[in-house]
Order: sequence, then C-alpha cells, then structure tokens
Amino acid sequence: MATRVGPRVALDVRHLRKCYGSVVAVEDVSFGVRQGEIFGILGPNGSGKTTTVECLQGLRRADAGEIDVLGLDPRTEAGRLRQRIGAQLQESALPDRIKVWEALHFFSSLAPGGPDWRDVMERWDLGGLRNRAFSTLSGGQQQRLLVALAVVNGPELVFLDEMTTGLDPSSRRVVWQLVRDLRDQGTTVVMVTHFMDEAEHLCDRIAVIHGGRVAALGTTAELIAEFAGRSEVTFSTDLADIDFVRHVDGVATVEQDGTRVIVRGTGPVLARVAAALVAHGDAPIDLEIRRGSLEDAFLAITGDGSAT
Amino acid sequence: MRTTAELTRLELKLFIRDPMTVLFSLALPVIVLLILGGVFGNEPGELDTGGPVYRGVGAMDYYVPAYVALVVVSVCLISVPAHLAGNRERGVLRRYHASSITAWQVAMAELGVAIVISAVSVVVLLVTATIVYDFVGPWSIPIVLLGFVTSTLAFSTLGVLLGAVLPTARSAQALGMLLWFVMLFLGGAGPPPEVLTDAMRAISTATPMWHAVRVMQHGWLELDPDGSWLILLAIVAIGAPLAVRAFRWE
Repeated sequence: MATRVGPRVALDVRHLRKCYGSVVAVEDVSFGVRQGEIFGILGPNGSGKTTTVECLQGLRRADAGEIDVLGLDPRTEAGRLRQRIGAQLQESALPDRIKVWEALHFFSSLAPGGPDWRDVMERWDLGGLRNRAFSTLSGGQQQRLLVALAVVNGPELVFLDEMTTGLDPSSRRVVWQLVRDLRDQGTTVVMVTHFMDEAEHLCDRIAVIHGGRVAALGTTAELIAEFAGRSEVTFSTDLADIDFVRHVDGVATVEQDGTRVIVRGTGPVLARVAAALVAHGDAPIDLEIRRGSLEDAFLAITGDGSAT
Repeated sequence: MRTTAELTRLELKLFIRDPMTVLFSLALPVIVLLILGGVFGNEPGELDTGGPVYRGVGAMDYYVPAYVALVVVSVCLISVPAHLAGNRERGVLRRYHASSITAWQVAMAELGVAIVISAVSVVVLLVTATIVYDFVGPWSIPIVLLGFVTSTLAFSTLGVLLGAVLPTARSAQALGMLLWFVMLFLGGAGPPPEVLTDAMRAISTATPMWHAVRVMQHGWLELDPDGSWLILLAIVAIGAPLAVRAFRWE
C-alpha cells in the first residue's frame, strides 16, 4: 500500500502563525501532506487545530507563513482553491427546512464537473432520508450529510474537522470506511480529530499540535515508538527471588506486589523476560504484554501524563 | 451568475416553507390597508389652516402606492436582516463560505427573494384594495415597476447591511422592527405628511421610506418625486459595497 502515497505534495505549510487580537492561536506550524494520504491533526482542545485548517482553506487569513495548497495560496486564491477542495466544518449547519436531496443538489450545482450528487447520496447512505428536512435528522444523520457535502464537488483534497462527532459507534465505522474509500480513489484527506482510535484506524500520518506548534509528526507506529516505546509485561510467580529479571536486557523497572510482577522495558522485552523465567524454572500462565498506545504517546507529547 | 440563481431559488423555496413568515409578509400590508383605509376613507382632506392633505389627492389614492412601498420596506427590513443573521448564527453562512459562495452572491440572492416576495405581496395588496376601495389606477405602469424595483434594491441593500453587521437573529429582528415602526409612522404611509409637526417632518424626509413612497406616488399619481429617485439610487450605490465589505460569515 506504500505506493499509494505518492511523492507529490498536496499541501505544504511552513511557519503558519495566526493570532486573534492578542491571543496567539497558532504559534508556528509546519507540515506537509502527500497526495493520496489521510493526514491526521491531533491535539488537545484549544491547541490551534481548527484555526490551522481554516487558514489552509482560506476561511481565515494567516498572519504569517508560507502556505501552498494544491499549488495555490489560500490568502490570495481562495476562490479557485475552494472549487478544488471539500470541507466539513465544525459548528456549521444547514437551513432547518432544507431537504437532504436539495442540500446535495445545491452544493453539487456550485461545482459543475463533480460526481453525480445522487451517487454521493447513495454512497453515504442518505437515499432513505432524501426528503427529510435537515432539522428533523438526528445529530448523526446531520453529521453524515455534512461530511457527504464535503465530497459532493469531487474535491482533490478534503478537510474534515471532527467528522465523527455525534455519530454512534457503528456509524463511525461506516464513515471511516467511506473515508478510506475516498483515499483509495485518490482524494487526499486532512482530518482534525481528538479521538485516538479514529486517528489510529484511519490516518497514514499524524501531526500532534500542542500550544500552537507541531509537537510530533509521523505514522502511528513511529509516534508510539518514539514517545511510548516502553512495554509493560505482567505475570504472577511463586518464585521468592526474581532479582534476575532486573538484569534481563532492555528491562528498566521491576515492581512486585505479592505474587504479581510488573516489568517495564523497551525492545523485545516479553521474549527476554519469558526466556529468563523459563531458565529459572517458572512458566507463568498469565504472562501478558501491554504495548504503548497512541494515547500514551499523545499524553507524553502533550505533557498531560507521564511516558510509560 | 449560476450560483446566484441556484442560491436564490433555494432561499425562495426555504422562505415559502416557513408559513408564519409568509403569512406575516402577505397579511401585514393588507391589515394596515384595511385599518387606515377604514379610518380615512377616500376623500381629499383639508387642513384647519386651509391647505390640502394627502398631497391634494384622495386618501386611498394617496395610500395605495404608499403601501406598495410599505410592502417592500416590511419584507426588506423585517425578513431579510433576521434571516441573514439567523443563518450566520447557525453556521449556515460558514457552510456557504466554504463552498466559495461570495458575499455579493448572498446579497443578490436576498435581493431576488425580496423582489419575488414583495411582488406577490403587492399583488395581494392591490387585489384587496381593488375589492374594498375605489382608487385611481397607476398613471404610468413602467414608472411604477421601475419604482418598485428601485425601492426593493435600496431597501434590500439596507436589509443586507443590517443583517451583515448584527450578530444575532434577535438583534436583527429588533432593530429591523424599530426602524420599520418609525418609518411606518413618519415615512409617509402613516399619518399624511401635512399633519406632522415640523420636527416630525424633518425626520420624515430623512427616512429612506419617505423617498420610496415619493417614487411610487410619482409613477402612480404623477406627483413630483423631487430628488427621491436619486436618493434611493444613492442608498444602493453607497450601501451595497458597504454591506458586502462589512459582511461577516461568522
């Protein structure tokens, strides 16, 4: 699948800065998005994620920085840019009385040359709701419609800002698959999220924004390896003396609580601890490993928790 | 152009789906017509001091074209600002903005809706007036139509300006209503201008509605419009770029 992410760049931003009055929302953000990838922007509330993507779409004017989106500058070419991108925004809505099909038809008519809106309606499972007014839809249905509107103009690049907010677990999975389908058809996706599982399941690469800066950038595996690289091995043992475990390669700490033992370390720590135990005549039946998760990495990066 | 047409069509459809707004737009001028018509009849009046009232024509002859202006003012100052501000408050404008709709296109769509709704409302008004009262027909239909379009342009400019800068639907509605009331009583469609005090008349001639009434009465009654056409056009020329500049998407 690596070939899918082409070498071409869909978006490149360097030293983006944006203030609201005296409040600095985005301090200094730089990253690049490759054509055809799903790029995640992860960060705590108020970290500048939404402001960043709004500047990239030309909805807000960046105070400083170089921005290149599909070869256009959103500050001077916003009109042309918006024809080629799709957007699902936070805190946006449709008129109460607009019907589902009318919304799809209307936004599709703004960008001639896009896909048939009826196909989009069916693909996003909105056909059954076609004559329902926006205000009568559930929160999840409204959200699904708003995401569908982001792609109804057949964009090359689509921005999704907390797209699964309000969706139930099964709808989230459906939407995730649709976003993967989009990428597989060649659309580049930039998504803002605060859900770890969503980032982990969907994103090819992730930028963690914290305090208006990019605090980390990489694939999920890279972020975990760098920021949550320690694994935690637990087991029960009747051995009285387990001091030998401390000397196993890669082990950093050993905690003992009665018969329960927690070993933390890096590298192939599970295999090495297991080998050492067997060599000392014990084979615990409940030997388990917990590897660092994206959430551990996120908490380590944003300083809201200590690295494990 | 295509976007403006699509947006106008959509906004019109949505307008028609809101029964209270439709009822309000259609019924209000008719109610005012029936009440004031019942009070004043259609006799040319005379002041105690001897001068003519109603610019020298019958009361109903005076009021019918004035009410055409009133329809335009009602739609543009009550519906348009509240609608725009409401759309901003709810994030609809944000959604439009992200789809490369421009402030000009939003303003033009509001104008389109205002023209259609006002036209329907004027027809209802004229049909009612014809059934209930005797009044003279228009002197020049082309000038009446031109006056209607010019008035709608001027007042939808003001409506969009209000909707562009007022933050919430409630504040837009409150201010729109306030302006509407002042204009209803002092703008020439309420008490005849001749009975107003000098101070009131000074305010009167400063209201945009006064000029819309003059323009309509020009086409309908062949009365002197003074500079009212130019003032309405000046409102458009100055107000429209201002409204688009001041336009806020969120």
